Amino acid sequence: MTLKSNLKNILLVIFTTLLLSACSTAKKSGVIDGDVYTGKDTVEYLAAGVPDRVFFATNKSSLTTASRATLRKQATFLRKNKNLNVVIEGHADERGTREYNLALGERRANAARDYLMTYGISGKRLSVISYGKEKPVNAKSSPISWSQNRRSVTVKVN
Amino acid sequence: MKKIIYILLINIFFVNSLSALIEVDITRGNLDPLPIAISPLHVDIKSEKYKDLNVKDLGDKISEIIEKNFRNTGLFNPLKKDAFVQKPDIAHLKPRFEDWRLIKAQALVTGKLLISGEKLKVEFRLWDLAAAQEMTALAFTTTPSNWRRVAHIISDKIYERLTGEEGYFDTRIIYVAESGPKTQRIKKLAIMDQDGFNTKYLTLGNELVLTPRFNPTNQMVTYMSYFRNMPRVYLLDIETGSQEVVGNFPGMTFAPRFSPDGKKIIMSFAKDGNSDIFTMDLETRLVERITEHSSIDTSPSFSPDGKFIAFNSDRSGLQQIYVMRSDGSNVKRITFGKGIYGTPVWSPRGDLIAFTKMHKGKFFIGVMRVDGTGERLLTENYYQEAPSWSPNGRVLVFYRETKSGTKGEGFSAKLWSIDITGYNERRLLTKTDASDPSWSSLLSK
Repeated sequence: MTLKSNLKNILLVIFTTLLLSACSTAKKSGVIDGDVYTGKDTVEYLAAGVPDRVFFATNKSSLTTASRATLRKQATFLRKNKNLNVVIEGHADERGTREYNLALGERRANAARDYLMTYGISGKRLSVISYGKEKPVNAKSSPISWSQNRRSVTVKVN
Repeated sequence: MKKIIYILLINIFFVNSLSALIEVDITRGNLDPLPIAISPLHVDIKSEKYKDLNVKDLGDKISEIIEKNFRNTGLFNPLKKDAFVQKPDIAHLKPRFEDWRLIKAQALVTGKLLISGEKLKVEFRLWDLAAAQEMTALAFTTTPSNWRRVAHIISDKIYERLTGEEGYFDTRIIYVAESGPKTQRIKKLAIMDQDGFNTKYLTLGNELVLTPRFNPTNQMVTYMSYFRNMPRVYLLDIETGSQEVVGNFPGMTFAPRFSPDGKKIIMSFAKDGNSDIFTMDLETRLVERITEHSSIDTSPSFSPDGKFIAFNSDRSGLQQIYVMRSDGSNVKRITFGKGIYGTPVWSPRGDLIAFTKMHKGKFFIGVMRVDGTGERLLTENYYQEAPSWSPNGRVLVFYRETKSGTKGEGFSAKLWSIDITGYNERRLLTKTDASDPSWSSLLSK
């Protein structure tokens, strides 16, 4: 056995172990941290390295550290693209009453908007719409799916 | 949209004022429903043809609708017709009471109909079999195409006579008809008779529509629409189909309802992450702010006397139900139980508030007194919300969504009803998936 193939095997083992551990923890904490989705499954990008969405905890509209980092990237991107306007969509999961969720979606979208504004983006470029629980991105009824649906998404309008 | 049709009540020729011997207690879940025989209506042989109506079968069909209405109340047990002992025309003249008692019926409904000169004339009688006497008799004349409503009106009259309370059969339900996958639902406003017939769609499904609610005369509907991606409260005239945005708010308006006099719409307006409650007077266009709080205030509902408003707010942290005066003063939290509370709806009698409760991953529909005491949970499920009252305050209609599977399959949304006793839970049949039901008041009073 050559050293090379030995190394390869070791790497394979390490890689498999990592994969397995990722699978086993995915449901607990791998992609959800304190009820907030941290994975990338549903995320799209406004530009390379600029995620379009941030996620929220159940019934909450506060921004996590990760969400703020994402929004700072969006702010940088928007500063570079001065003629671009966006609409920030606020969404809720299916586990609340419809009317409350409309309000909650609006509050989430505004949390994202306010943060972008503190990073110098004019409010005129940032409109807001709430869809409540009406437009889930993931149709499953599971905690992970709900965490993906509790989101605000920044969408280019021009 | 079809015109609201007025049924001419031409003749109340006999109403027995003697004390009724039959009494149906509707305040408790009825485990011993009253046996009632509903005879087919006799069709007068002089009846003329009318359009494509099968006149010969009309007597049977009307009695079947009455029978179904009564079975659905859970309070009555309509007996099988094959045990009936008398021909409809003879029974209608005067039943042989002892024969009907033999099949264990306690009440009997008989009737006859005649179509003549493009008019449908129907009469019916309600008989107390134990006392061997007539309790009520009525005759109606209307246009023959209105025959289903005749059956519902007769049902209401019988229900009223036997229970002492107003009926709820000659009513409609407006709701949101749903189709398509969960992530791309198509939603349309739909209206149907309370028994699921005569479904009509009021919007085409081009834009998302939510939460339709009738005004007190059932001619107008207020609802929320995403027309042109501007989520706003709208007003729709069912008869003319004309629609307009309610107010000129610089942001989302939602959760609309009419005031009990029909003059105002109460709703939430969301701006800068905060939702508060406003009213707009439909005549003067005057907008009034009712709540001013940094929390989410929504799902407002007036008391039937218009003096109070129930709503839900997360000012305490999570959604709870509050009651205030209609000017926004004197706000009081009324729910302190375990869980989250939403969608308060004041009963038409004014004595109860129906609500949705969320606790430990389950959704409940319940009722409580207007001060928050006496909470009773009527039904528990994976997801259900948005109760709406029958006009007599005895039944709630709401919608229920099922859990979807690991691939998102198996999702459905359906309308259900339950008595405020907690008994008699039933699915309301709709042509498509359905949500956000709102029950009309009685169409003919």
